[in-house]
Amino acid sequence: MIAEKAKTSAEFQARFTVAKENLLVLAHIYTATAALTLGALFGLLQGFSRANWIVIPPEFDYYRILTAHGVLMALVFTTFFITGIMTFATYRSIPRVRSVKLGWIGYSVMLFGTVMATIAIVSGNATVLYTFYAPLKAHPSFYFGGTFLIAGTWFVAADVFLNVRYWMKNNPKTRIPLPAFLSATTFVMWCIATIGVVLEMLLLIPWSLGWTSGIDVGLTRMLFWYFGHPLVYFWIMGAYLIWYTVVPTTYKGTVFSDALTRLSFVLLLLLSTPVGIHHQFLDPGISAGWKWLHALNTYAVVIPSFMTAFAVFASFEIAARKQGRRGFAQVVGGLPWGNPVFTGPALGMLLFIFGGFGGVVNTSYSMDVLVHNTMWIVGHFHVTVGGPVALSFIGAAYGLVPALTGRKLFAPKLALAQTYMWFVGMMLMSTSMHIAGLLGSPRRTSDVTYFGAQGAQSWHPEMVTAAIGGTLLFISILMFVVVAVGTRFRNEQAGEAPQFSFAPVDEDAGETPPALDKLVQWGALAIGLAVLAYIGPIHDQLSQPHFLAPGLRTW
Amino acid sequence: MAFGIAMLVVFLATITTAAVVDGFVPPSHVQSIDPAKVSQTPPFDKPGLHKLADGTYEAYYVAHIFAFEPHHLVIPAGAKVTFYVTSTDVVHGFSIPETGVNTMVEPGWVSTVSHTFDKPGTYLLVCNEYCGIAHHTMADSVEVK
Repeated sequence: MIAEKAKTSAEFQARFTVAKENLLVLAHIYTATAALTLGALFGLLQGFSRANWIVIPPEFDYYRILTAHGVLMALVFTTFFITGIMTFATYRSIPRVRSVKLGWIGYSVMLFGTVMATIAIVSGNATVLYTFYAPLKAHPSFYFGGTFLIAGTWFVAADVFLNVRYWMKNNPKTRIPLPAFLSATTFVMWCIATIGVVLEMLLLIPWSLGWTSGIDVGLTRMLFWYFGHPLVYFWIMGAYLIWYTVVPTTYKGTVFSDALTRLSFVLLLLLSTPVGIHHQFLDPGISAGWKWLHALNTYAVVIPSFMTAFAVFASFEIAARKQGRRGFAQVVGGLPWGNPVFTGPALGMLLFIFGGFGGVVNTSYSMDVLVHNTMWIVGHFHVTVGGPVALSFIGAAYGLVPALTGRKLFAPKLALAQTYMWFVGMMLMSTSMHIAGLLGSPRRTSDVTYFGAQGAQSWHPEMVTAAIGGTLLFISILMFVVVAVGTRFRNEQAGEAPQFSFAPVDEDAGETPPALDKLVQWGALAIGLAVLAYIGPIHDQLSQPHFLAPGLRTW
Repeated sequence: MAFGIAMLVVFLATITTAAVVDGFVPPSHVQSIDPAKVSQTPPFDKPGLHKLADGTYEAYYVAHIFAFEPHHLVIPAGAKVTFYVTSTDVVHGFSIPETGVNTMVEPGWVSTVSHTFDKPGTYLLVCNEYCGIAHHTMADSVEVK
């Protein structure tokens, strides 16, 4: 009896013990999922409020919910997922006996910061939205929380860098494995970008504590957007890592070109940062010349996205030809449209076509006047971060979680339906948001009726469509949660342990120039470009006569 | 991909030509003002519409939580109006939908934007940057007649 019990226990252990590295990655993914779920609930309420279906009570007001939605979605969900998948990509492609201590420190610091900032927001002490524009003055714990969240990612970055350095030391003649290279490049970019927001926090924290009497509004805005745009590319690089190295595994495909993949990430590293002022085209304190320069740079950062679109389709076509399929219909029709690991990222790619178009409009300098701070912008970032980024992450999770836990994916048909439902919901929501924006509807408002003003009447029908799309998205997220939680807790071990391997490089791809792996030099060049793009605007900001604002709590 | 890059060059050439030839640039006048002394700084001490010698108009606006001054501006049809807007407290927006009048309003800075109002009617003026708990009520009207 006792022996039997011991045997069952040992069997249980063997079946359900997850390797320590996998546990770390899972912690990131499930934390991201929790943030996504809570953020989605808040998003749903916002959609209902703007469609005038509900009135959100002042005790837990719309703008508090909006702040929580922005922070949880744009900063917490995305960041945790990316730190998770980049850690995974590094660990899996660099085999070694390793300590995961640094990774856990990073995760814990990130989580600590997230909890701290979330409490500040939910308690109503930080209703400053996710852009936290001064002189709106939040409780210091909000700024501290944000700083810890960022600082935690630096530990994760250090962990990735140390693993890559280990590889380079022990394999001096071999290229850095592609997934690890892409992760390290992303984190070099991220470290350069986050310096901006941490410098901003160093101004905001003493001010929020009452140690300084005023805040430089123009400078804090510039530091925020120095970080705010590369943040977008941090998300995109997470999605591209999946498109290049994970998606081809679903159709027995290959990476089209190792060199092109590395080059596109190096370009993203170089060009993501010197572009932030395109978010500030309508700021009165920045001269037209600097705005034009950043518009030019933003056009340049579109190029690696063109390269990626081209490479992804080339990978589809090469695989199809090997299987004897030719022509557009056969190439596209033969893709695994019944596998959620494929449909998530693939439907995300479709959405990104709209995101790309809108993005070029936004950066077109004088044209931005028509859409700035309207619902168009909200439509744009939902069809980008909520399209290619979130759908790729969710699709990848359907492949990763079974591989990390050794369990069967729970309800795979539900997972598949979830990706399509997301696509439909997002198309409805983002299209109506874009139209409302062109009609002039402002973003970031709880209600767009303006006491029945005539100029506001054309916006209401669009807000109703957006709320319907938002409802579909919310149901879709609940479906994802059912699959994610079901996979973990139903404990159904797969007959064969689900394997995960990254896509190999196509055998016909050319040699990769060794210079592409020189991450330290590329990083130094990226810093140089960021300094060149910002030294003038920041010098102007500090040297021209300007005034400090005392700060207010207006909620 | 080559087509895409060619399109980017065309876009860049278009906006640059519009900026250089027609002066079509986003509001970037880099004019500072002490936010604590707006009410004592002419012409912001008397917000409203002023006619200039050449027949064009200037409108001085003060934005603060949660209203604009002046209220209900009346503009003669066909008038070219240059708006000067500043804030006494937090960041606001200044947008007259469907006219192209749209700018950020930041404490410490004066935002400048021009528009010719040809079509008579009542236009909505809204704050389009979150400024606090009653942000959605921060709106006014501009009448062209």
